[in-house]
Parts: sequence; structure tokens; C-alpha cells
Amino acid sequence: MAAASKVETEAGEAAGAAAPALDPEQELAAYRAMLLIRRFEEKAGQMYGMGLIGGFCHLYIGQEAVVVGVRMAARDSDQFITAYRDHAHMLTCGMDPKRVMAELTGRRSGYSKGKGGSMHMFSREKNFFGGHGVVGAPAPIGAGLAFANRYRGDGSVSLTFFGEGAANQGQVYETFNMAELWKLPVVFIVENNRYAMGTSVERSSAQTEFSKRGVAFNIPGLRVDGMDVRAVKAAAGAAIDWCRKGNGPYLLEMQTYRYRGHSMSDPAKYRSREEVQKMREEHDPIEQVRARLIADGRTSEDELKKIDAAVRKIVADAADFASEDREPDPSELWTDVVM
Amino acid sequence: MTVNVLMPALSPTMEQGKLAKWLKSEGDHVKAGDVIAEIETDKATMEVEAADEGVLARILTPAGTENIAVNTPIAVIAGEGEEASSAEVPAAPAVKGEEERKGEKERAPPAKGEEASSAEVPAAPFAKGEEERAPPARGEEQRPPARPAPAPAARPVAPEIPADATFASMTMREALRDAMAEEMRRDPNVFIIGEEVAEYQGAYKVTQGLLQEFGARRVVDTPITEHGFAGLSVGAAFAGLRPIVEFMTFNFAMQAMDHLINSAAKTLYMSGGQINCPIVFRGPNGAAARVAAQHSQDYAAWFAQVPGLKVIAPSNASDAKGLLKSAIRDPNPVIFLENEILYGRQSEVPNIEDFLIPIGKARVAREGKDVTFVSFSIGMSYALGAADELAKEGVEAEVIDLRTLRPMDVAAIVASVKKTGRCVAVEEGWPQCGIGAEIAAKVMAEAFDYLDAPVARVTGKDVPMPYAANLEKLALPSIAEVVAAARAVLYR
Repeated sequence: MAAASKVETEAGEAAGAAAPALDPEQELAAYRAMLLIRRFEEKAGQMYGMGLIGGFCHLYIGQEAVVVGVRMAARDSDQFITAYRDHAHMLTCGMDPKRVMAELTGRRSGYSKGKGGSMHMFSREKNFFGGHGVVGAPAPIGAGLAFANRYRGDGSVSLTFFGEGAANQGQVYETFNMAELWKLPVVFIVENNRYAMGTSVERSSAQTEFSKRGVAFNIPGLRVDGMDVRAVKAAAGAAIDWCRKGNGPYLLEMQTYRYRGHSMSDPAKYRSREEVQKMREEHDPIEQVRARLIADGRTSEDELKKIDAAVRKIVADAADFASEDREPDPSELWTDVVM
Repeated sequence: MTVNVLMPALSPTMEQGKLAKWLKSEGDHVKAGDVIAEIETDKATMEVEAADEGVLARILTPAGTENIAVNTPIAVIAGEGEEASSAEVPAAPAVKGEEERKGEKERAPPAKGEEASSAEVPAAPFAKGEEERAPPARGEEQRPPARPAPAPAARPVAPEIPADATFASMTMREALRDAMAEEMRRDPNVFIIGEEVAEYQGAYKVTQGLLQEFGARRVVDTPITEHGFAGLSVGAAFAGLRPIVEFMTFNFAMQAMDHLINSAAKTLYMSGGQINCPIVFRGPNGAAARVAAQHSQDYAAWFAQVPGLKVIAPSNASDAKGLLKSAIRDPNPVIFLENEILYGRQSEVPNIEDFLIPIGKARVAREGKDVTFVSFSIGMSYALGAADELAKEGVEAEVIDLRTLRPMDVAAIVASVKKTGRCVAVEEGWPQCGIGAEIAAKVMAEAFDYLDAPVARVTGKDVPMPYAANLEKLALPSIAEVVAAARAVLYR
């Protein structure tokens, strides 16, 4: 654990109270990426309310800094995989918002031709491996992507996301064991949004510090302010670097918060309005960047408004596209079952 | 008092073995626990320990003797002070035929008073592993039940094999190993992963020699962690590798079911055709012998129900080799159901380079005109055995080996039933929603007008597998049941 402690210290220093500043271009890119997620998810929520999106729909609002910060530290050849709160991961991996939204509406131009829906979407081209509906399943699958990376020696790292609720699944620990045993290049990213559906961390977890969940397997871990995109990027950068150097897996606990319910059908009565309001006012990941950009003086309100408008247009176009696109041809029922 | 030392079983499926060497000579004093001999099978070598103290009075089986049936006396240990030469030499039992042994098992056990005295009861020696340790309890091989074996080195009847092919006799175990080795030589993306597949050489020795040829990068021992390594292998397959995942038995695949179904089978569909999962899950399936309910289940029907999977269950070495090679090359997840009882059975495999058998094609294992038997895997033993029985009374049964359960070659079944008008489905699995139920439905839908009798099913009984030998035998199908079912559909 000596080596692990060292990295923890380095990453901790890098990502600690004074998270290293992003340069203005990076701040703007992060702002734009997070805003796209926020507006996209708000639109998805509206469309769900209108009946255009069916089934389960899990929104990422409040957690934007996590996936955006990790993406900023990754390479295009690194794989991303997560569970069902996945729209943001797809947008951040560069998947087309129109086709993501069209999948949500179950239309033929969706990434899965309308056959996967909100929880099951993939893009081999963008190295996004889903989009999985089963809690905990992304952990071993993500380690398997890392197994392939190590097998090929291609230097890629698997960025494997799951929630703190999933972190109580047995298969996660089976995966931790193999990942460390075989030194797989995988960063496990626990998005701790404090509620596994309606069950708070305190009510579900004997060890609530998820960064310590790898200790039994000698996997170094770090707890990160997941509302601060700078801290996320710094921690992810150190973890990815650790993996890329062949040191094995790394565990990041991203402390974050979802503003909406677990899914669209969850009224979130298990927490107070004040708790949500406090997070929004004091820790909002987008507002933090916006405030820094303005305070920095190098970015004007007008510039940000232009970005806001551009993002709104992308989302409006995606919504229009997804509303107008046709449903899949009935013949698609029988395709893609086997190759 | 003299005690016979019997040929021990190294594993519950062992029927016979070789006496490799004697470590003691006649006249030597032995103590309980002393290693007196070494025996071997194709799987392993083990030491025979003396179970009693005394003098090794007689060696009945010279070193180097092969094919010694389990429980044959191989030596006599005489008590202290007894004349070695006075020790009574037991008559070595001839190796009994399967039917004979079955007959014995059917007999009721002796009543208390009738039990033979201890002097006459041979003491079973302990077999202690040396070169190869006994497989762990999880993977322990089982003594074969009284189940029919096909004629040795049966030449497979299959359309894929040209008339002028030459053959090599091998066990299904060897055929499976060869298939994997050939595909690993051909494609660097193919690797094998599972419990005890590498250094241990396979719990059932199916992966024997693969570690030595391909190294630890491609022959990967896992912790005991089915859910985890199944999911991990699915991820590796998503990334373009071609894992062969060995489950020590499919009973343990239950722990991994979520990844087999939700991750492997469904992702191609859920991704609109983008993410395929080229993976083979293989291992012994179904009842072995005397391992009771949690280790004796046929999952054929479970997997065969799932769209997105292909399911294969070969009955002989030739099909096992040709189909496993095809499975490894297939771009889809394939469930490859082997059978422990069949691992050691010899049959002829054609000497054809790159011998591939197409997935989804049944074969007519035996032609006939009176009744169609449809079976797969070890069920073929009952079907072929019953066909032999019926032939004696002039009934010609046609026997179809499905080989692949999904996609099922319904056309082959229907073509045969149109000829015979009668159909019996044979499997070791449970009846409700079983493979036989599916066959009955398909035949009814596609050959109703040709049927002269309702389709009959011979299946494992609708109970968890019992442990007791007699109950286990009752729980499994039998040749007699297949014969009876055939007579029923023939109204004879």
C-alpha cells in the first residue's frame, strides 16, 4: 500500500481543497459540456412528461461535473461504461444529441434503432460501451474492457462508472479482486449521489466512505468533490495515469448529488426540499464554473449567453428530431438478435 | 485375517485404470497409510495406500497392467503372523458389462443379518493424490451411474464427414482440447478463462496442455468468482476478444446468469446491432453421478429459451470438436453444454484440417422408418440403446441427434416424423417446458397430419436429483423407458 498511499497523496494534493485551476479554454469547454447535459436532461424530463419518452428515464442533473471532468482527463481511445443514468456519458463521449434523444423517444434513428431506450445505448465508434440496466453489471464488464486493453497492450484505460448503490453489489468486489490481481487498467468511478433510489447512504452502507471500498484488495482510492469539475479532472488524471502506467485499478469516489428523483417516476420524498435547495445554491457544478469565468474577467456575460443559446439550439434540434423521426420499421423487431 | 486391496477409483467417474507400479514387494511389511502402488488414468496419477497393517502377501496385478476395473482385488494384505502364502487369493472379478452392473444395483441391499463379515469384505484403500491431486469437491468427478454407453470408438454418422475421411479415435475430452488449441493457434484473440483451467490443467482435464502451449496470458486461472469472471469476459468480448469461458460445471453458472442473459445475449439487440459478444461459455452440464440436486441439473432448456444465444450440446467427440470450433468462430454468445459422463468416452474424429460442423444442424445418427427418436448430448445414449433393443424385435427407429438446441433444426425433426409418423423426445432434463416439450409443440405445428400417435417424451423425473443410488437411477431416463415410449407410440 506504500505506492497506493503515494498516489493518493499526489492526487490528493492535486485535487484537494485548492483544486488546480483549469485554463480559460478548459473552463469554457467544461461549462459548455455541463450545460449541454443540464439542458438535454431538462428537455428529456419535459418530453417524458409529454409522453414522448417512455419507460424508465434517469436524469443526471446535478452530477454533470463528474463525467465531464473525467472525460477531460481521458483519451479518445479510453472506454466509458456506466449503468442506466447514462445520457450524460453519451453526450460527453461525443455521441450525437439528436440520436441519443431519438433513442429516448424510441425512434429509428436512435443509437440502438429504438430498441434499447434510455438505459441501453452504445457507440462502438465513440468507445461508449453502455448503458446497462442492471445495477452493478458495468463493474465486471468495464474490467473486461480493461482486460482487453491489457491483453492487447494498447495503453487504453477503462473508465467504469457506477453508483454508490451499485457499490453494495457482490459482483463489484469480485471485480475488484480480479482487477487488482491482474493489474487491469480500469478506473472505478463511484458516483455517490447519496441515495440509492430512496435509500440514503447511511441507511444502506456499513462503510460510507466508498473510496475505501477497495482497501481489502489493495486498490488505492480517493474521495473527490464531484461537484467541482476541476477536482474531478485532477483526480481522474492521476488515476488514469496510475492505470496507464500498469499499476492496476484505481477507485474514485465522486461525491455528488442528483437534483431530481431516482427516475422520472420518483417524487423523492425521502429528502427535504431544503437539502436539495442548499446543494443547488451552494454547490452547483455549472454555477461554480460560470462564477469563475465571470470573476476571471476574461469571459463576458454575453459570451456565456451565446454559449447558452447555442446549447439550447442543439437541445431543441435534438428534441425536434426525436419527435419527428419515425418509429422503427416493424421488420426491425427481428433484426440484431444474432449476427 | 487377510484383506484384499482393491483397485480404487481416482474419481467418481473412473471405471478402470492402469497399475503403473508397485512400491512394495510381496513379503514387505506395510502399515496403514503406506503407499504401496501407483495407479493412473488418462487424467491423473495417484498413490494407493494400504488401509491395514500387515504383510503384503500377494500381488495379484502386475505393474503395467492396463484396464483394471475399479474394485478388482490387486493385492492381498495378510495379518501379522499369518503365512503370506496361506492368504486366500480372491477370484478377480471379470470386468462386468454395463447391463450386468445395472442388474446388481437393482437388487435390494442385504438385510442387516445378511451382511458379509468384515473378513470377507475387502477394505477399500485410500487413494491419495501425488502427481495430480484429486479435483476439489466442487469439481470432483463422479462415478458413472448405470447409464448406457455407446459401442466404443463409434464412427460418427454426419453429413459433414466425407466418405473417404480417415479417423482418429479419441475421447470427447481430447476432442474439446484439440478444438480449443486449434482455434487459439488460428486466432490470437481467442483465450480461455475459468477456474483451474491453467495450472491445474482443468478440473476435468479438458484444458490439458493449453497453458504449456499458450502461456498464462491466454490461459487464465480465475478466482472462484463466476458472476465476476463471466461479466469480465463479456466485457472483453465487447472489446473484440474471443473468450472461451469454462464453468467448472454449469451448476455454478447460475451465479453468473445475469451476465449470460442480460449482458451477453441481449446487447447486440439493445445496441441496434453495434456491440456483438463473441464468447463461448462451456463446461459440463447435467447430471454426473451421485452428486445430488445442486450439482446435477440439465440447463439445456433454460438457455435454449433465450433469444441472442446459440446453444450446443454434442453427444460424441467428433461433433464436440467440429461444433466447438464453430462456436469459437461465431460472432454471437454460444452456450456449449458438455457432459461429464461423456468426457471419457472414445469415438472417432475425422482427420480433417479445420473440421467445422455448422451450428444449427441436426444429424441422423441412425436411419429407420418406424419411429423417430430426437435427443442430444447424453440423451443419445438412451435413444441409441433403445434403437438397438427395438431392432431385435424388428422395429427400426430413426435417431436424430439435435447437436444444436438453439437454433433448433426443426426441419430435420419434421422430415423424419413425416417418414415415421411417430416421435419420442429423449432428454435428461426436467419435463415441464423442456426441450421435449418444444419438440412436441413444433412437431404438432408442422407435422400434425403426419402423426400416427401423440409425441411422447422421456425425460428426467420432475424432482430435484436425489443422492441415493437407487433413487438417482429412478430419476434419470433409461433405455427401458425409451423402449416403452416407442412401444406406446407404435401401439405395440
